Amino acid sequence: MSAQTAEHGTMTLKLIVWRQAGPGKQGRFETYTAKNITPHHSFLEMLDVVNEELILEGKEPIAFDHDCREGICGMCSQVVNGVPHGGQERTTVCQLHMRKFKDGDTIYIEPWRARAFPILKDLVVDRGALDKLIQEGGYISARTGGVPDANATPISKADADYSMDAAECIGCGACVAACPNGAAMLFTGAKVAQLASLPQGQVEAPVRVADMIQAMQECGFGNCSNHYECQAACPKGIDVKFIARLNREFLKALFKSKAGSHVFAGE
Amino acid sequence: MRFTTNSIGRKILMAVSGLFMVLFVIVHLLGNSSIFAGPDGINAYAEKLHGLGPFVWASRLFMLAMLGIHVLFGILVTLDNWSAKPDRYKVKKMLKASFASETMIWTGALLLAFIVYHLLQFTFRVTPDVVLGNDAKGRFDVFSMVAASFRFTPIVLIYVAAMVTLFLHLSHGIQSLFQSIGWNNDKTLPTYTRLGKVLAVVFLLGYSAIPVLLLSGILTK
Repeated sequence: MSAQTAEHGTMTLKLIVWRQAGPGKQGRFETYTAKNITPHHSFLEMLDVVNEELILEGKEPIAFDHDCREGICGMCSQVVNGVPHGGQERTTVCQLHMRKFKDGDTIYIEPWRARAFPILKDLVVDRGALDKLIQEGGYISARTGGVPDANATPISKADADYSMDAAECIGCGACVAACPNGAAMLFTGAKVAQLASLPQGQVEAPVRVADMIQAMQECGFGNCSNHYECQAACPKGIDVKFIARLNREFLKALFKSKAGSHVFAGE
Repeated sequence: MRFTTNSIGRKILMAVSGLFMVLFVIVHLLGNSSIFAGPDGINAYAEKLHGLGPFVWASRLFMLAMLGIHVLFGILVTLDNWSAKPDRYKVKKMLKASFASETMIWTGALLLAFIVYHLLQFTFRVTPDVVLGNDAKGRFDVFSMVAASFRFTPIVLIYVAAMVTLFLHLSHGIQSLFQSIGWNNDKTLPTYTRLGKVLAVVFLLGYSAIPVLLLSGILTK
């Protein structure tokens, strides 16, 4: 895609943006014109330009989440033209550049939409549900103390790579936003797989999977229909094989006597 | 949290009941294909099958249970999924989901309706088009019954439409069951996806051939 730039190498875009004053408030789409946008602007910088103008006009700027702006923190969260993070493969919206758009384009910008992610304001949603999932099992209970010797716990290269692939998740929630069911299977699957494939995580694996699944449901996430939209939208390309691993870990947990009763009985 | 209320537990129940129904669809197609050998083929097959007595009834009850589980949890999971996504996007572009994967609940509902119709027609034999009789060897004449019903174009169209629905349902469903059971990874997924689509096409062509060939007069006594 080549950028067609108008006079002085800048473009003008029509933005249709979800505006919502606060949690539970009635939201609506508002149309804005983004002027003086260069191909070198990132998508968030484009919104900065629009917001500066809104502030000069005395209007409320568009609220959106962002932090590192280099694609690693997982804060930015916008559905751009119907795709979380805008549809450039393995790219967060902060790393999406305006050279991917043409002068005169119309761009729809919406927040993540899911029951588990209530909208706080405009494009900002509450992703605390993902923190709740981590609190319920996304950790290991290790003794603290001195740093262990290197290779004191042998881990094969294959297991280390597999675990690292799962650990690449930045917790942005694009999987939930992309899922037609608002499910957090990819996020949870990645965490369960990452820890279950390492010796340190295996002790708590059965209890972890039971607790995290229960937390998913309590947080209001949906169920998996194997559309695989999550993987396609994930800026880190987390594979749906980790969802299969989640399902497998659940089945394995059923056959452990103590953890199995935990899976069945809950608390 | 019990297995039946657990999000993954429910999907495993869907997958296992679905797997048994896919196996049934394979066996049913193999059995039905005896019709291509003419009246002697299918009438002999039907007589032998009914001669199995309690085994037939056990299988029927088992399949009824599998169907019940699949329908019940299909509805429960879908309703929960709808409520988990209360606000839709104004613009949504699907990257990977297909028409088949997005319409599972509807193709499932159509298939349930078809199963009821199909059983009323050829198992309970109560629909008005059904012709009952015995063949020359004194066996129940399945061939003539089926051939009589498939003389009617609308009935043939219902069957072909149902098989297209089955094709859609299984082109997503077969690979999906392996994923839900957890018997899957990035290497096997493309294989299961291909397997599912090939089987779905085989079912579509194999099952549709019977009414179409009977209607067109290519398959006769």
